[in-house]
Amino acid sequence: MQQSTYIIEVQNVSKYFGEKVALDNINLNVKKGEFVTILGPSGCGKTTLLRLIAGFQTASEGEIRIAGNEITQTPPHLRPVNTVFQKYALFPHLNVFDNIAFGLKLKKTPKQVIEKKVKSALKMVGMTDYEDRNVDSLSGGQQQRVAIARAIVNEPEVLLLDEPLAALDLKMRKDMQMELKEMHQKLGITFVYVTHDQEEALTLSDTIVVMSEGKIQQIGTPMDIYNEPINSFVADFIGESNILNGTMIKDEVVRFAGHEFECVDKGFGENAPVDVVIRPEDIYIFDPSDAAQLTGTVSSCIFKGVHFEMLVQTKEGYELMVQDYHAFEAGREVGLLVKPFDIHVMKKERTCNTFEGKMIDEQHVEFLGCEFECLPQTQFSAGDKVEVQIDFQNVILEDNEEDGRLTGEVKFILYKGNHYHLTVFTDWDEDIYVDTNDVWDDGDRVGITIAPEHIRLNKL
Amino acid sequence: MRRRNWSLPYALFLLVFVVIPLLLIVLYAFTDEEGAFTMSNFRKFLMHPEAMNTFIYSIGIAIITTIVCLLLGYPAAYILSQKHYNTSKTMVVLFILPMWVNILIRTLATVALFDFLQLPLGEGALVFGMVYNFLPFMIYPIYNTLQKMDQSLIEAAQDLGANPLKVFSKVILPLSSPGVISGIVMVFMPTVSTFAIAELLTMNNIKLFGTTVQENIYNGMWNYGAALSLIMLLLIGIMSLFTNDEDNAQNESGGVI
Repeated sequence: MQQSTYIIEVQNVSKYFGEKVALDNINLNVKKGEFVTILGPSGCGKTTLLRLIAGFQTASEGEIRIAGNEITQTPPHLRPVNTVFQKYALFPHLNVFDNIAFGLKLKKTPKQVIEKKVKSALKMVGMTDYEDRNVDSLSGGQQQRVAIARAIVNEPEVLLLDEPLAALDLKMRKDMQMELKEMHQKLGITFVYVTHDQEEALTLSDTIVVMSEGKIQQIGTPMDIYNEPINSFVADFIGESNILNGTMIKDEVVRFAGHEFECVDKGFGENAPVDVVIRPEDIYIFDPSDAAQLTGTVSSCIFKGVHFEMLVQTKEGYELMVQDYHAFEAGREVGLLVKPFDIHVMKKERTCNTFEGKMIDEQHVEFLGCEFECLPQTQFSAGDKVEVQIDFQNVILEDNEEDGRLTGEVKFILYKGNHYHLTVFTDWDEDIYVDTNDVWDDGDRVGITIAPEHIRLNKL
Repeated sequence: MRRRNWSLPYALFLLVFVVIPLLLIVLYAFTDEEGAFTMSNFRKFLMHPEAMNTFIYSIGIAIITTIVCLLLGYPAAYILSQKHYNTSKTMVVLFILPMWVNILIRTLATVALFDFLQLPLGEGALVFGMVYNFLPFMIYPIYNTLQKMDQSLIEAAQDLGANPLKVFSKVILPLSSPGVISGIVMVFMPTVSTFAIAELLTMNNIKLFGTTVQENIYNGMWNYGAALSLIMLLLIGIMSLFTNDEDNAQNESGGVI
């Protein structure tokens, strides 16, 4: 057996369902005793990753090791892990005791030992004296406790939890979160926890793995993920944030919202396009004064319990979300200030749409499975392969699918202070990115058009 | 018209075709030809070894048929319930399809088949015919419960260390028992009282209890025939009571009954 510091090692794992890519080259190492949360929106592949570790599905590519042993193809009953299922999955034909004893009985554990272990597992989840109850007579929270007891009684190396609290109400969920955290400390085993609830992830985890569209976006401690999001997706998904387009003028100077700001980031080069993230609680709001970096008008003010959440329309036409303990009513003139270390600068993943295309004739080019008209070209002849570039703001979305050359579905919306940045999943299975001032909803079907003069062609 | 009155035709139907005939059976069973009260019909059954033997033999045949149906039907239902074998439900329809044909025609076809293959008619042919006729009644309720079963329960069992055999014996089988019980009842009840299949497939050589009842009624022995019917009815009644209890205890419906 090979010695390893990691209890779970996922290496280059991909999973395909037919044509669909559910997981795309995942690499993840989990330390022994860690509480790891896999966080992401629904359909991001987080549950698939958990099911690969549990063994209910097998990886299309790559390798998974638990405690140094290769288990990629091992059936679930031979793996040293136990799972807590989202919908509990308690056996309805067995009572609480027999549900919890299920795994121990299969291992032919002596009767007295089973009894002792089941009792202590029930005590652990705060369900003493419930042994003889029918599982159907328990409430959702109680069923979840039994499900947890059923898993931990087997003393697995790793406990996998698949959105275990998703079906509980808020109050119950908060209580269970605390109990899970305590349980993790007491048991000392590794927890891998799947959730779409960012607050839950921040509360519980030692390490958070943020996933989106089958890929890992960022791995880090809750503090890292919250304070230093690696890209605009993570920034938008974890907590509230203002995400703006900016330009890195030079090291430690960034320009956004029509002004230059001092910041602490460097190494982006000069005049590099960047995304700027500012958490709403990091913006100081006060009556207009000389200290203000930006001035504007409050457009809405909502009481959120602990703080007020205000939207401020700046003179330059940007909208910023600001959280403060003091209320500034709608219509009031305010000044805003951001400290240099609260400005998070992130490299832009892309600055324009880039596709591979093919010339049809002088005035037509084919890409994304469609033919587009372009300006007359002399440097390319029919059949030449070309690189097609289109700026985000030059992609036009149409309400009627028939009006567009190409059709697609709005998949991800990011508000950037003065416009929306949309990811549209085209029916050609490629994403096209669009900047627009119009309001679209997630899942909207759209037609896509691009004017001939906005299609840039380059040699490949 | 008030809504409650809509049930009147059905009540009338039940009265004329179920309740009154049942009362008549009871009345005939406890009277002699003159209409006087007597227990002699039942005494005759108990004293008469032939009728008693037929009765026991019928139950025996019904039990064998039910067991064969269960042994054939459970694996069939299990395979049908697996998604990758049965994406379009075509297979289920194919299994149910013979039920669209009248039972007598199916049985006559079975006789023709045995003739064609030059196989002897008799006990073997009888069990074959019964199994053939009643197998769908076993498959369907089991298929129903298996199909509705929560897949995560099977995954949970695997997760807790159960190999495929243990998953079946500890989870799938107990959870499908309501379907199994439904299937047993649906096969056992008609086989115990059948007579047409027995007549056709054994060239009238083997008598089942249903045949005895039919012969007595046919020959004008109404009182004795009614007593025999009542005995059969009680047997089925007791059995369905017992299975209903089981069903409730399981608390997991999904069977047909």
